[in-house]
Amino acid sequence: MALKEKLHQLKLKYQGKKMAPAFNALHTFLYTPNETTHSGAHVRAADDLKRTMNTVILSLVPCLLFGMFNAGYQHYSAINGFPENFSLFEHFLTWDNFWVGVTTVLPLVIVSYGVGLAIEFLFAVIKGHEVEEGYLVTGMLVPLIVPVDTPLWMLAIAVVFGVVIGKEVFGGTGMNILNPALTIRAFLFFAYPTWMSGDKVWVHEAVERAGTADAISGETILGSLAQGSDYSYSLADMFYGFIPGSVGETSTLLILLGGLFLIFSKIASWRIMVSAVIGALAMGLIFNGIVDAGWLPEYSKFYSLMSFPFWQHLIVGGLAFGIVFMATDPVTGSQTNKGKWYYGFFIGFLSVMIRVFNPGYPEGVFLAILLMNVFAPTIDHYVVKGNIKKRLKRLKTATIYPKASDEVDSLKTETA
Amino acid sequence: MSKDIRIKKGLNINLVGAAEQTISNAVASNVYALNLDDFHGITPKMLIKEGEEIKAGEPIFYNKNNEDMHFVSPVSGELVEIVRGARRRILTLKILADKEQQYMINKVPDLDTADGEAIKSYLLQCGGWPFIKQRPYDVIADPSATPKAIFISAYSTAPLEADPDFALRGKEQEIQAAVMGLSKLTPGKIHVSVGKGNARSPFVDIKGIELHRISGPHPAGLVGTQINKIDPINKGEVVWTLSPQDVVMLGELLLTGKFNAERVVALAGSVIKAPKYYRTKIGAEISTFLYASGVTEDRFRLINGDVLTGTKTNTEGYLGFYNNTVTAIPEGDDYEFFGWNKPVFDKISSTRALTFSWLQPKKKYDLDTNTNGEHRAFVVTGRYEEVFPMDIYPLQLLKACMVKDLDEMEQLGLYEVAPEDFSLTEFICISKQPHQQIIREGLDLLQKELG
Repeated sequence: MALKEKLHQLKLKYQGKKMAPAFNALHTFLYTPNETTHSGAHVRAADDLKRTMNTVILSLVPCLLFGMFNAGYQHYSAINGFPENFSLFEHFLTWDNFWVGVTTVLPLVIVSYGVGLAIEFLFAVIKGHEVEEGYLVTGMLVPLIVPVDTPLWMLAIAVVFGVVIGKEVFGGTGMNILNPALTIRAFLFFAYPTWMSGDKVWVHEAVERAGTADAISGETILGSLAQGSDYSYSLADMFYGFIPGSVGETSTLLILLGGLFLIFSKIASWRIMVSAVIGALAMGLIFNGIVDAGWLPEYSKFYSLMSFPFWQHLIVGGLAFGIVFMATDPVTGSQTNKGKWYYGFFIGFLSVMIRVFNPGYPEGVFLAILLMNVFAPTIDHYVVKGNIKKRLKRLKTATIYPKASDEVDSLKTETA
Repeated sequence: MSKDIRIKKGLNINLVGAAEQTISNAVASNVYALNLDDFHGITPKMLIKEGEEIKAGEPIFYNKNNEDMHFVSPVSGELVEIVRGARRRILTLKILADKEQQYMINKVPDLDTADGEAIKSYLLQCGGWPFIKQRPYDVIADPSATPKAIFISAYSTAPLEADPDFALRGKEQEIQAAVMGLSKLTPGKIHVSVGKGNARSPFVDIKGIELHRISGPHPAGLVGTQINKIDPINKGEVVWTLSPQDVVMLGELLLTGKFNAERVVALAGSVIKAPKYYRTKIGAEISTFLYASGVTEDRFRLINGDVLTGTKTNTEGYLGFYNNTVTAIPEGDDYEFFGWNKPVFDKISSTRALTFSWLQPKKKYDLDTNTNGEHRAFVVTGRYEEVFPMDIYPLQLLKACMVKDLDEMEQLGLYEVAPEDFSLTEFICISKQPHQQIIREGLDLLQKELG
């Protein structure tokens, strides 16, 4: 326990100094602090913010690992063609695939965490508050929602923008209005649109090889649909995630498992997840209905996306990932239980709508969530207003007795 | 007539070291003390000087804002010390007890014929009034107000708290007298809640009360929860609350004219070798019974009250004016290696994030005073609501108090709550925010601005 003693001495040495938050952040990472209760309840439950964030990260790890293998799988399949008799262990969980993941995905993770945490530490030292754990989850989400070949410098700039403008200007963790990970994603999308969309960014090396004899293509399913062309993936591929797409968003199975873990551990809101699924299905059904009713001519550019079976929206693109891991962000989401139903529903509903109608880029989840982030306080306002109204209604039947002294005063005025 | 109330939201905190149901007499204390912090918002004006003699039940100071409201000495003896703090604020009054106790005997009003005014002035004069608390603001009741109802919770759900069914056994006569007296003070009802299926509560056969049978986890036993379910407070309304052991004292004061500071106190907690009940007096040195039961370690947190709402004291401290429980738990001022990501089996949690208290809801835990994490901004939502049974949005109310938004504090129901109602949300708070302090400051502000 020499380390414990030594760190304790160091903590005392840094106390009150400028660098204290930076040191404490590292110290509390190693050791839960020796802080005891000062006011109020003398005992506290076991959970803290680090544990909460850690739980979310744990549920993201399967997606990250899958994404690393999938990076290689998509890369080699695009070059050599997809294997005919697919076997999980022969074609997917191979060292070759994993190595592609290590060289492409891992740098994204490192840059995301490195740049983001550096900014968090910097702001903590400048403002003299402790380093809050918010970025632990954001830093993990970011590499999972960008295309695999995103240049690292772009990612770094986007992270700086997302953390500073998306979070720190509002006062840091817990105060932000927009989800920082999605702010980063949106920044990438709007600042570098040619990089972030099209059919060349989803598979490793597709961009470098474009225009050469070795050109490979890796269009996402949504991309194919938007162009009205066919895609060659089976439903099982979509569900298990053997499709091109952002690094961690392809495997609906693992996202589902992560979501169930988050619901079971009571960290994320099941209300938001359930209502978002309902919302997405509702919008999908409406579109399917429009197509079935024959209101839409077949040559319409929306035809193939609208006729896409409604429930399959949930297993392609980033919808499932967004619903489970981003919509449930408690800071930017709706904060009341009732509000969460509305908030989730509209996220699902708008995601599918934007997905179908967005001409440039057939994906709507991050825009839908960012939009609902903005409206979440409004939803809460009306939910809380309901409670206030109930209280005001009760007030009409209030039994307020006059103060004893008032009676005396009123008697005095009568006699006077 | 009795009504059933079932509370679903909440969390029972089962701790090691519940008091065994036997009563011992604590040895008489040399010095007794009144801690002025127990009387929130009261500015004392002394009636006697340091060094003067006083009888048990004789007024020792009065409320500066209300000269009629007397606070009396629990014992007879000499006022040996007035401990003052910053700006000469009085903190503690210490009385060196006589060997032979002398009581001041007041002339009792006839409970059948006396009107409310007579009862009120009797209680104010003889030191019984401070036992009556009011909501809004959770302070000693304002005698000029007329409450719409009076609430008494005779159901204890707080961790290791004294069981009123046991501690007040045989006090039916005093309770009946107190209820008769209190019923003169309100045109409304006197609501008493007892545990469901409990036939041995001293309150079940009392006349003149509205009996409620309540069941469910903590905070079902908190009077605030019961008020919210039975007859919630609106703006402008006043209700009074009493704890059952204080009802007994009022009863004795009304029956015999004697302020008898004696009460049965539960000494509990994992540090105590033989946790059990002691008969002692308000203001007694805690050490007089603490060491009779013995402690298992040297460094521990001694609490006047239960672990959720009590105040910190030490082995030289004195029993508080209101509390019926003294708890001792280990201090937790130690680091834990990777405490934030290890699976946790020995602490209570309201989540299942690698915490396993949900597997054994009946297991008793030995919690210490470690905060298990650092203070953070509010991040997680939806957790407080699961342990907060009132029809109030706890997070929004806390935030309104933090930004001192008076309108919102009113609208969201600050009138209905006391700090203790937020003890459980504070316990499970992932951001380790000081909920009770926030609510206390909010109530003080509201009282100051709108009083």
